[in-house]
Amino acid sequence: MSVFIDKSTRLLVQGITGRDGSFHAKQMMEYGTQVVGGVTPGKGGQKFDGTVPIFNTVAEAVQATGANTTVIYVPPPFAADAMMEAAAAGVKLIVCITEGVPVLDMTRVYPYVKERGARLIGPNCPGLITPGESKVGIIPGRICAPGNVGVVSRSGTLTYEVVYQLTRAGLGQSTCVGIGGDPINGTNFIDVLEAFEKDPKTKTVAMMGEIGGTDEQEAATFVKERMTKPVVGFIAGQTAPPGRRMGHAGAIISGSSGTAEEKLQAFRDAGMGVAQRPVDFVALLRERM
Amino acid sequence: MNLHEYQAKELLRAVGVPIPPGEVATTPEQAEGIARKYGKPVMVKAQVHVGGRGKAGGVKYCPTPEAAKEKASAILGMDIKGLTVEKVLVAEAADIGSEAYVGIIVDRATKKPVFMVSAAGGIDIEEVAATTPEKIHYHPVDPRYGLQPFEAMQMGFFLYSDVKQARAAAKIMQQLYQAFVANGCSLAEINPLVVTPQGEVVAVDAKMVIDDNELDRLPKVAALRDESSEEKSEVEARNANLTFIKLDGNVGCVVNGAGLAMATMDLVKYYGGEPANFLDIGGSSNPEKVVNALRIITADPNVKAILFNIFGGITRTDDVANGIVTATKQNPLKVPIVIRLTGTNEELALEILKKNGFSAMTDMDEAVQRAVQLATQSAAEAAK
Repeated sequence: MSVFIDKSTRLLVQGITGRDGSFHAKQMMEYGTQVVGGVTPGKGGQKFDGTVPIFNTVAEAVQATGANTTVIYVPPPFAADAMMEAAAAGVKLIVCITEGVPVLDMTRVYPYVKERGARLIGPNCPGLITPGESKVGIIPGRICAPGNVGVVSRSGTLTYEVVYQLTRAGLGQSTCVGIGGDPINGTNFIDVLEAFEKDPKTKTVAMMGEIGGTDEQEAATFVKERMTKPVVGFIAGQTAPPGRRMGHAGAIISGSSGTAEEKLQAFRDAGMGVAQRPVDFVALLRERM
Repeated sequence: MNLHEYQAKELLRAVGVPIPPGEVATTPEQAEGIARKYGKPVMVKAQVHVGGRGKAGGVKYCPTPEAAKEKASAILGMDIKGLTVEKVLVAEAADIGSEAYVGIIVDRATKKPVFMVSAAGGIDIEEVAATTPEKIHYHPVDPRYGLQPFEAMQMGFFLYSDVKQARAAAKIMQQLYQAFVANGCSLAEINPLVVTPQGEVVAVDAKMVIDDNELDRLPKVAALRDESSEEKSEVEARNANLTFIKLDGNVGCVVNGAGLAMATMDLVKYYGGEPANFLDIGGSSNPEKVVNALRIITADPNVKAILFNIFGGITRTDDVANGIVTATKQNPLKVPIVIRLTGTNEELALEILKKNGFSAMTDMDEAVQRAVQLATQSAAEAAK
């Protein structure tokens, strides 16, 4: 067991002929992910890497391949359309790697995808990996190992750092999910924590947040009220200087400023372990196993 | 990207929001001339990208053109929270009956643009929000339909009982929403929205923040960027596609990814050092980015040691290694460098570095401790 992806995941790659798309499609295939098709308008009928059929549209690709998951590597101006196209074609798990999607686009994409019953992860995220089974996105496969720590993070490279330290210390992972750092993303901490709570393979959870917003505080409340599995948290940006803020709307709506201290306090109040450094995850998770 | 008040007002005027006339001056004489032309009392207002201008003395009422000259002379060149005032807005002073607040922000929680309106507007609106939240009305907008007239009227009546004023405010809110969407804003606000003693509803101050991700498709908005009002090194970094924030410490940091960059700064502090900057070279790096990053960091005389912390995923560590070699050949380093890299193409990167006389580490904590130690040593030597 694992969350969101496993051996049975049948993956499409939107933007498979692009620079990032083609590089990572190969990496995912080498890892063992079932890449069943690619989508690049105008290149339908061709093959990627001699084996993977390319389609003009997601709808055609889904019909021909039975894909249930897609990963998006298209440039930012086209990313919103790509996410909606996938949802319209009935894909149930949509992972958008693209960085730089305008937030107003996301205000329209989010309800569109949700109404069609699909789960969106990202945008601006590294994707996810179930070590030894399947990888969707860009998380380097060789730093991961199968095991029972669930990893969820708002950041890309910080996720790699923590996973690398866990693997080096012999702590494998059930699934690692990068939810992305944009203000509006498809899947939040709570969605992933809920999935880890239900997943029999996951025994403990490592969660990496950042300053800004209130997602981590809400996640802490969820941990306190709804989770039986231990969770260890980290907040990046404890020493970041307060920005020069303009306008009052941000302060009015959040009430507080989403500081690291406020988030760490929420973690402590929820009985979570608090990692001061990435390396601290190892000892804190071990204590809780 | 932050816009100046005068720029936000121009965008709002373009969609029909009633705003008292105003023009920008860069000299006291210009300010005097504008005031004389209007023939009315004016406000002289510092144009800097920071909140709390009024409380810092950057906004003054001037009954005469002479007063406008005098106040402009005091405000131009003034330092407000570290930023120098280069321009002032000289605007006709509105007669103020009441002050309301109207703002829109993209809200993370509802994942929608959300209006916030309050009849208790003005400079203390944050205080109002904190102590009397019931005085603020929140209204999320479905972005697929936009702000409907009835929604705007509901908010209009929340602000004013007089139907004429409620209608005028509703119209302004629809215009504000239109400008918010058309200009790719993440925030747009009018504060205060004023009712004059004659019963007219006008916008006296406005702010807009543009989502940086919109700038590529909105070249006219992108052209409003005022580089003179930003830190020079930050402008240079942005032009090189790097995210950079200058800080006061002496450990220069080059990292890929914002989360890891923040975690690296936190670790520098954890081990007793002070980061000199936040610098994210982003994903898909090429050697050129690293060259630019090193140039920007070494231009800061406070930097006593440089720390690279690269975890290659989409970033190829051999690209980074090549960048380090190229940059240091062009400009030999005067301070020690600590390189930590691991991930995509790590073996290749380590070989490139070794061939060029650099050593590299693979452990983040060890690298940070080493960089802090070297920065402290060279700072001590420099002090001798």
